[in-house]
Amino acid sequence: MSNSSIKMVEPPEGVVGEGFFATKLNDVVGMARANSLWPLPFATSCCGIEFMATMASHYDLARFGSERVSFSPRQADMLMVMGTISKKMAPILRQVYEQMSEPRWVIAVGACASSGGIFDTYSVLQGIDKVIPVDVYVPGCPPRPEQIVDGVMKLQELVRSESVRRRSSPEYQELLASYNIK
Amino acid sequence: MALENTDIQDKLTETFGEYVFHFNQEKDIFSFEVAADKITAIILFLKNDPLLRFNFLTDLCGIHYPDNEVDRQFTIVYHMHNWYDNKRIKIKTFINGEKPEIKTISNIFLSANWMERETFDFYGVDFIGHPQLKRILNMDEMISFPMRKEFPLEDGGRTDKDDRFFGRTIDNC
Amino acid sequence: MSELLLPPEHRYAKIIKEKLNEDGSELSILNLGPTHPATHGIFQNILLMDGERILEAEPTIGYIHRAFEKIAENRPFYQITPLTDRMNYCSSPINNMGWWMTLEKLLDIEVPKRAQYLRVIVMELARITDHLICNSILGVDTGAYTGFLYVFQFREKVYEIYEEICGARLTTNMGRIGGFERDWSPEAFRKLDVFLEEFPVAWKEFENLFERNRIFMDRTINVGAISAEKAISYGFTGPNLRAAGVDYDVRVAQPYSSYEDFDFIIPVGKSGDTYDRFCVRNAEVWESISIIRQALAKMPEGNDFHADVPDYYLPPKEDVYTSMESLIYHFKIVMGEVPVPVAEIYHPVEGGNGELGFYLVTDGSRTPYRLHFRRPCFIYYQAYPEMIKGALLSDAIVILSSLNVIAGELDA
Repeated sequence: MSNSSIKMVEPPEGVVGEGFFATKLNDVVGMARANSLWPLPFATSCCGIEFMATMASHYDLARFGSERVSFSPRQADMLMVMGTISKKMAPILRQVYEQMSEPRWVIAVGACASSGGIFDTYSVLQGIDKVIPVDVYVPGCPPRPEQIVDGVMKLQELVRSESVRRRSSPEYQELLASYNIK
Repeated sequence: MALENTDIQDKLTETFGEYVFHFNQEKDIFSFEVAADKITAIILFLKNDPLLRFNFLTDLCGIHYPDNEVDRQFTIVYHMHNWYDNKRIKIKTFINGEKPEIKTISNIFLSANWMERETFDFYGVDFIGHPQLKRILNMDEMISFPMRKEFPLEDGGRTDKDDRFFGRTIDNC
Repeated sequence: MSELLLPPEHRYAKIIKEKLNEDGSELSILNLGPTHPATHGIFQNILLMDGERILEAEPTIGYIHRAFEKIAENRPFYQITPLTDRMNYCSSPINNMGWWMTLEKLLDIEVPKRAQYLRVIVMELARITDHLICNSILGVDTGAYTGFLYVFQFREKVYEIYEEICGARLTTNMGRIGGFERDWSPEAFRKLDVFLEEFPVAWKEFENLFERNRIFMDRTINVGAISAEKAISYGFTGPNLRAAGVDYDVRVAQPYSSYEDFDFIIPVGKSGDTYDRFCVRNAEVWESISIIRQALAKMPEGNDFHADVPDYYLPPKEDVYTSMESLIYHFKIVMGEVPVPVAEIYHPVEGGNGELGFYLVTDGSRTPYRLHFRRPCFIYYQAYPEMIKGALLSDAIVILSSLNVIAGELDA
């Protein structure tokens, strides 16, 4: 290894010998996925501005392997829903989710995306978990960039420990079926 | 020479007679009421008259007064602004609560187009002659007019709150 | 996508058919938005395209309609500022102050000079951040990412000043009836001084990067131009109107919060195109910096930060526990038992992108009877289809970002 100051990801547990390293496939896949999550920013309002700050120079989400913001759902791993989702917008959000390929994760950033927030009104969807399954909720109205980064790190933990077989398990199929997706 | 309230009042009563009434100064804005069926003529006059020159439509919105008599249940409020003399006025007009309709002014001010659509969306006021009167902010499928006082604020679909404590009686959807 | 596509009876279908029969040209339909990355917010435009040219556009809005006006009818007066924050979230303090000034006009409250100057400072800071976002994003859309990354650091600096003043970054909920909730800390003034020293240098560099940049000029000059006459008819206000050559500014037309004490010019453009809008915003940032400097220099002595209106201004917490009178006022304010006159008020302020108006109708109860926000974005966005008619698709994006349409304000 070189003596640079770049911080490397810790390798998973395994057996090291001369010229080989043996570990579980699950762990390697998890590590690779967790450190290259491509975000799809679904920014609708105020939280989107804080996301801009998270992506910009000061907070720099790229440090966590999310350098490439994927605006196409088909190449994205993590859907970040930021801001109020109205009932008019809900079908579009759902469609974006359906277009993403597995494995896919969702972060609900901010109070509006998590629960409707202060907008308990006739036009606002009371939390995006009414239409799509959510993995991580980030509180705040809007959350600070640190909180958004924390949410991404929490998701990385989830991704790292996720079994490669989870997406074909009957529990997962049941979850999707409960949202009436495919 | 600045434009005085009396100039506006004299000019309007001279041209429109009893269709313009209730002139008064409310805080910093001179306001008056007009008969609903004369609204386009009056707005056009205010815009084009060489003395009055109200060249800018600042705002247009509706108000619902369900407790008034049926002929005066909806109000459409127009704010106009003369940029030459820096003078603002407010024009109010009352319309029927059961069949709210008024002529459009979207052919006089292009900006009125969406403001009228918004008022239609919120109150169901029919702007006669509007080029594209359909919902603008809410979904097309919605049947209620949400800003009317009888409709509740909250979403009816919330399961984590007890309806009795949040005044949800009829659905607003 | 199928269910979002156009129904066969849509007017575009007819135009496409006619064109095909006429000269065999094949027009196409492009759906831009609502989640397109380049639209900065959620606006949908269904475009009828002839190759790369836009023939017609049909906008749909309301994707984040949150029913502000309905909520406002159900909340006490002091609980409405959080709503105004979330309208134009790029310049929340202007909205907050606009709302407090509306109430002060309603209640005939005279705010001390020092508090007015503090308000001017924070409103001008908000204008700087608003224009900074708009102009740097315009740079991103024309292919210059560097400027964005560079000036965004300074937006963080402004947010730190906000945090010193009120504790929040973006949705500030700043101020109270009659002034501020607390006096500004010395730290806030220190951070402001640092900002005033460092920011102009960076902004000058940013300006130099773009203003005479050949690529940027080619992308923006004569793109999305609008005549002054059309702009007025479409209800344009703010920088977008001034770019068309009309020197209307609420700060000068109806000075509020002592704007008449300061010396500043209203920058105007000529042709109302994207380049002029960019330059007007740039120039306004310089004026804002100058206004802040003047306000700091002229700042009256003392530590007045709110008017003496015990009926409406919450007493300090320690007094509530010890003095009977304060406890009564505290209770009355929190329970909404304060006297409010029956009146109708319209109060405009110069928001980040135009005349932001509050039309308030009260009936003497603890909530507004009706509160209408005159939202500049909502009114001028209707000109967008006309502005992009005949433009190239890539220009449509640039025009949209130069208009600085904020979705939260558009849809209310």
